[in-house]
Amino acid sequence: MTFTLVGLSHHVAPVELRERVTLALDDASALARSLGDAVCLSTCNRTELYLANVEEEDAVAALERVAGEPLDGVLYRLHEDAAALHLFRVAAGLDSLVPGEGEILGQVRAAYESVQPGPLLDRVFRQALGVGKRVRTETAIGESPASVSSAAAALAAQVFGDLEGRRVLLVGAGRIGELAASNLASRGATIAFVANRSTDAARELAQRFGGSAIPLEDVASHLGDIDVVVSSTSAPDVVLRADQVPQRRRRPLFFIDIAVPRDIDPAISKLDGCFLYDIDDLEAVVAETLAGRRAEAERAEQFVAEEAERYRAWRASLDVVPAIASLRARAEEIRSAELAKLRVSEDERRTIESVTAQILNKLLHLPTIRMKEAAVSADGAAYANAVRHLFGLEDETR
Amino acid sequence: MVEALFWPALLGYGEAALAYASVRTSRAATWGVRIGWLAQTALLVAQAARADGFPWSTWAGSLNLFVWLVVGAYLIWGCRPRFRLLGLAVMPLAAALFVVARIGGGTHTGSRSDYGNLFLVLHVGLVLAAFAGFTLAAGLSALYLWEERRLKRRAADILRLRLPPLASLERLSWRTIVVSVPLLTLGLVIGIVRQRERGGAIDALEAVTVLTWLVYGGFVAARPRGRSAAVVALAGFALVIVARLALAGSHFT
Repeated sequence: MTFTLVGLSHHVAPVELRERVTLALDDASALARSLGDAVCLSTCNRTELYLANVEEEDAVAALERVAGEPLDGVLYRLHEDAAALHLFRVAAGLDSLVPGEGEILGQVRAAYESVQPGPLLDRVFRQALGVGKRVRTETAIGESPASVSSAAAALAAQVFGDLEGRRVLLVGAGRIGELAASNLASRGATIAFVANRSTDAARELAQRFGGSAIPLEDVASHLGDIDVVVSSTSAPDVVLRADQVPQRRRRPLFFIDIAVPRDIDPAISKLDGCFLYDIDDLEAVVAETLAGRRAEAERAEQFVAEEAERYRAWRASLDVVPAIASLRARAEEIRSAELAKLRVSEDERRTIESVTAQILNKLLHLPTIRMKEAAVSADGAAYANAVRHLFGLEDETR
Repeated sequence: MVEALFWPALLGYGEAALAYASVRTSRAATWGVRIGWLAQTALLVAQAARADGFPWSTWAGSLNLFVWLVVGAYLIWGCRPRFRLLGLAVMPLAAALFVVARIGGGTHTGSRSDYGNLFLVLHVGLVLAAFAGFTLAAGLSALYLWEERRLKRRAADILRLRLPPLASLERLSWRTIVVSVPLLTLGLVIGIVRQRERGGAIDALEAVTVLTWLVYGGFVAARPRGRSAAVVALAGFALVIVARLALAGSHFT
């Protein structure tokens, strides 16, 4: 039984090539089925074919047909333990562009569930999903934001907890502010107002988020019922001064200033109940959390290594289990044949059957244990071959 | 023999106090809390079964009960991965007070007590339960102030060393106090009724406990928010410490 991986990813293939070989789930599973016992994992960053007893050249040809060009130099081919280790790292998010991203685990699951893989692929994918889940739950690798806009949303959540129903005022209709607003909205916040020097741009963005457009001059007057302010204008001066912020003893107010030069008066951070993060603060938070991700990635690599070792032991046991079964079957066959020759009473037969069965079990117990132990080490196959040779089992197991 | 239950309880609390120091061992810490609390529960049950009257009538005995209530409240409200730092504050305190209770003889069995009637049992039980709640609320408030300070100072590791959100800490502290204040009120009323029946002057512990009630009662009435709420909760807890430790012996003798 062979296990092979053929594929390409963001590590080696440029985006123009990756987007040509990226397949929708249905197309990916159709490709896998056309090859035999295979699973096709296709995302924007990778397209990989996991194969059990399938010629890897067939898989290469299939991928080249999809790409429409030869893939020499960008395809990687991994076999057996190395292929399993790679899959475990992929499922754990360790091979992703942003280490620890959680989307890949769902994509691995979808690829696995879209086909009916044979026992080997079934086993290795179940292990991959298990280790992926373990990494998500037992490390903090996926908790940290990896961009300024997601860090801004995470910080707002650190103040308010659930952002459901929290009202956001977006000052400036630029791309980076929109990204921050999208991140806040994805956590349940409501983009209540968009203020911009160009009213048309404000109106367009407000419509997209289901909010209202307001003139830039009215920002201060709307702060009373707002929880989060995101500012990203290109104004040369401060847009919001500390003396414009109303006293709020009952509810915190969180300011995110992504503009350079800054839009929000730094003195606001000294006001009671007000929190202010500018672009430098956000970048420092992202840098720190990415460092944290790397530390957590080391723990995740340990989990992956443990899983790879379990897989290796399982694969090795496949070599000795048939040999053990054949040995026991041969012994039982001899015992039954010899018992059949006996001319004894029923009581005596039962006694002899019991005694010989015990002798057989005791005799085979130690070799069985030793072979199972050897299976975990690299000697498993050698032991299995030796047993087959010594007891003449070749014809039965091969 | 059953007094030996003290050791697994202490071991559980001690293990939790140490294991909460790291994210990696916080799951083991949670198990330490659970196992320790179960062992202490068994110890308290054994004490109750063997005692002639209320077994925690001494200051050391009441400290033993107090520790059990604090850890029990922590198990209910805060024993979650995100509240690891609350555990790091509560469990060393619980372990230390448990040792003090042991040294004072509060974990022994078969003690005799004058606290034979239901009113006294309720009085002590309710006041201690309220104090345990205030202790937990103080831990949550301390975390709130620390987290708020980190947010104000824009600490770069704010999302790496992650605490529960400010809103959650505030909400949980508020709920704990709202549950604890009626318990303290009822406990105080029972104590005052009994004192009127028996006569006698108000001692220092009673005065401090009434002051504590005023602080927390005012807290519930005014419902302060944010930083002020955390400061008031901690001020109230300072009075609880005075009542529990500085004046502990005066009321029982």
